[in-house]
Amino acid sequence: MSTRNTLPPGTAEPQSAVAHAQGQVEREDEPERRERGTRVRRQRVRAAWLFLTPMLVGLALVAGWPLMRTFWFSFTDADLGSMSGAHFIGFENYLVHDDSGWYGLLADPLWWQAVWNTVYFTIVSVSLETVLGIIVALVLNARFPGRTLVRAAMLIPWAIPTIVSAKMWAWMLNDQFGIINHLLMTLGVIDTPLAWTADANLSMWAVIMVDVWKATPFVALLVLAALQMLPSDCYEAAKVDGVHPVRVFFRVTLPLIMPALLVAIIFRALDALRVFDVIYVLTSNSANTMTMSVYARQQLVEFQDVGYGSAASTLLFLIIALITVIYLYLGRRQLGGGS
Amino acid sequence: MKVFSWVNIVALTGLVAVQAQAADLTISCGAVGAELQLCKEGVAIWEKQTGHTVNVISTPNSSTERLSLYQQILNAQSSDIDVMQIDVVWPGMLASHLADLHQYLPEDATQGQFKALIDNNTIDGRLVAMPWFTDAGVLYYRKDLLEQYDKPVPETWQQLTDTATTIQQGERKAGHDRMWGYVFQGRAYEGLTCNALEWIDSYPNGGTIVNSQGDITIDNPDAAEALKLASSWIGTISPRGVLNYTEEEARGVFQSGDAVFMRNWPYAWALAQSDQSDIKDKVGVAILPKGGENGQHVATLGGWNLAVSKYSQHPQLAAELVAYLTGPKEQKRRAIEASYNPTIESLYKDQQVLAAVPFFGTLYKTFTSGVPRPSAVTGDNYSRVSNAFFNTVHSVLAGSVEPEQGLSNLEGELKRIKRRHW
Repeated sequence: MSTRNTLPPGTAEPQSAVAHAQGQVEREDEPERRERGTRVRRQRVRAAWLFLTPMLVGLALVAGWPLMRTFWFSFTDADLGSMSGAHFIGFENYLVHDDSGWYGLLADPLWWQAVWNTVYFTIVSVSLETVLGIIVALVLNARFPGRTLVRAAMLIPWAIPTIVSAKMWAWMLNDQFGIINHLLMTLGVIDTPLAWTADANLSMWAVIMVDVWKATPFVALLVLAALQMLPSDCYEAAKVDGVHPVRVFFRVTLPLIMPALLVAIIFRALDALRVFDVIYVLTSNSANTMTMSVYARQQLVEFQDVGYGSAASTLLFLIIALITVIYLYLGRRQLGGGS
Repeated sequence: MKVFSWVNIVALTGLVAVQAQAADLTISCGAVGAELQLCKEGVAIWEKQTGHTVNVISTPNSSTERLSLYQQILNAQSSDIDVMQIDVVWPGMLASHLADLHQYLPEDATQGQFKALIDNNTIDGRLVAMPWFTDAGVLYYRKDLLEQYDKPVPETWQQLTDTATTIQQGERKAGHDRMWGYVFQGRAYEGLTCNALEWIDSYPNGGTIVNSQGDITIDNPDAAEALKLASSWIGTISPRGVLNYTEEEARGVFQSGDAVFMRNWPYAWALAQSDQSDIKDKVGVAILPKGGENGQHVATLGGWNLAVSKYSQHPQLAAELVAYLTGPKEQKRRAIEASYNPTIESLYKDQQVLAAVPFFGTLYKTFTSGVPRPSAVTGDNYSRVSNAFFNTVHSVLAGSVEPEQGLSNLEGELKRIKRRHW
């Protein structure tokens, strides 16, 4: 469907090894040495390419080839039953105008609803996960007995496969016999059972809640790792100066854990933009909670329309790629300035 | 092509790997209610008779998901599954992947079967599936409660609404605060298409979404009225959760004694009457209500068939298994034990069958005159049409769009689909 591998920020591109090799300091007054230098340099370049080739071939096979095929299919009228009989139809899957109006993906209100649902889900769930993740990490960073046990236990939601946890939540959220309703009724929060997964107004929130429950540990773990690396002298200085803890957090801790936090956020955002399983299992399959991946699957699998479905997958890929590029650009500027 | 085949190869290895011993055939059955149990029993009898071994694999309960799975398997030309249980609306869609049973079975194989079903399964002169059981939507009601409140079995949807409201209120006053008036299949899937077709077509001029000439008829005042009434049920006599119910969730509520009325298929009868049921001997079955005095009783035609995959390595053997399972002896057993409607006419006069499932006699006409969904006329586009329809109905029920507006949007959507020539 879409690409599964995004380079984490800060990962060196293939060329940078080469650039590094070229960045040798040269002394211009020693031609002999220079010659030897270029030879060494050439060898290094060759070695770098030699080491990189297997990875590039692997990537081309597992990511590049399917991606190119998807691009290609999005310009055809391929159908799952007869993939070989596909004809090239240009941009018709994306947008086409005939006597009765505009047709195609970009003219389909359902697609735009799916895009909006996806963006909404991503923004809300990732924001909640970030805030909660930081809070959990700060708590776990404090020293208290049984800390390692709590740390391990915290990872359980993240370790359970999404399909399994979504089904589990589907039962817990059931309107008639679900434990969530039972608890809320017992506590007197609600007086009639709520239809968490069926009600159009609630189902998106149910999905967000399950996603937050699952992914908060992931964010917390990355932030916790960053917190463990913090230098203690800043804090000692702050203590001596009598700075308020809240201010210390915003002025010292947050800037220092920012790089790790940004990594966590981009990973979560890319996952959330591709969200499929939790929605497919948990909700009533209605347009209210349909995301881009759900839409693409429906076209590809249920309607057998490989051309149109590939067009949806391609747009999904482009949207994710665009967000990643923007993020890397901004991240580099921010982090590059700091280092 | 191959990229997609990996998906189901992975899916199937998971399924097939469980079965360690090599079997001669593999059959996939549904798993709604007691379906899987019955399928296994029937297959076991055949195994004993013939000495062959058969693997039984279960599939998703939602027919929408099941179709997707079968299409992936068939498009990959996989020989992993020999016999498939296919819905009454699929023969046209899947015909090119299914074997012609006429080639493997004797001339009289279809004798005694309902002609309409055989015609439904005959595509371009090829018999692609044998009818296994037929289905029509029926109304289940609580005999004891109707008696207690002195109400007749409802004739119209409005009557059902009033009776359900009265009894629900009465029961809740009496301390049964989980009581609901009416449960049905409201999730956005094929089952909602069946339910909503019954509401709309029961009104004088509601129609069947698309008529037999292929004209779109859905945007009409009667259809809007039907949906208006149906959307008034949500949160009043039906729990809001009904918007995520399939057959089994609805049966769960009804069989626990928490609903007065339920729309479901006949299979629920045997389960509601089983010893584990909370409402044993309190259940009545009737024809679904009309849309107003001038309306008509409508039941959506459902039902399942057994087909042999064209890619099977043992088509002759597979066809023989199909012939046995769809034959009179096995159909009679399934009717008596689990109230699956036979597709063989003579079984509706069989005393043992009628004793086990009385309404097979009283509702005989309903089962032989079910209203088909517009799958024949829309062909390969049927899943799109159905999807657009159930999504619209779902939004109307959820209250996010008014019936008139929803139906006129749907009309536009169907026109877009029709552009692809059905």
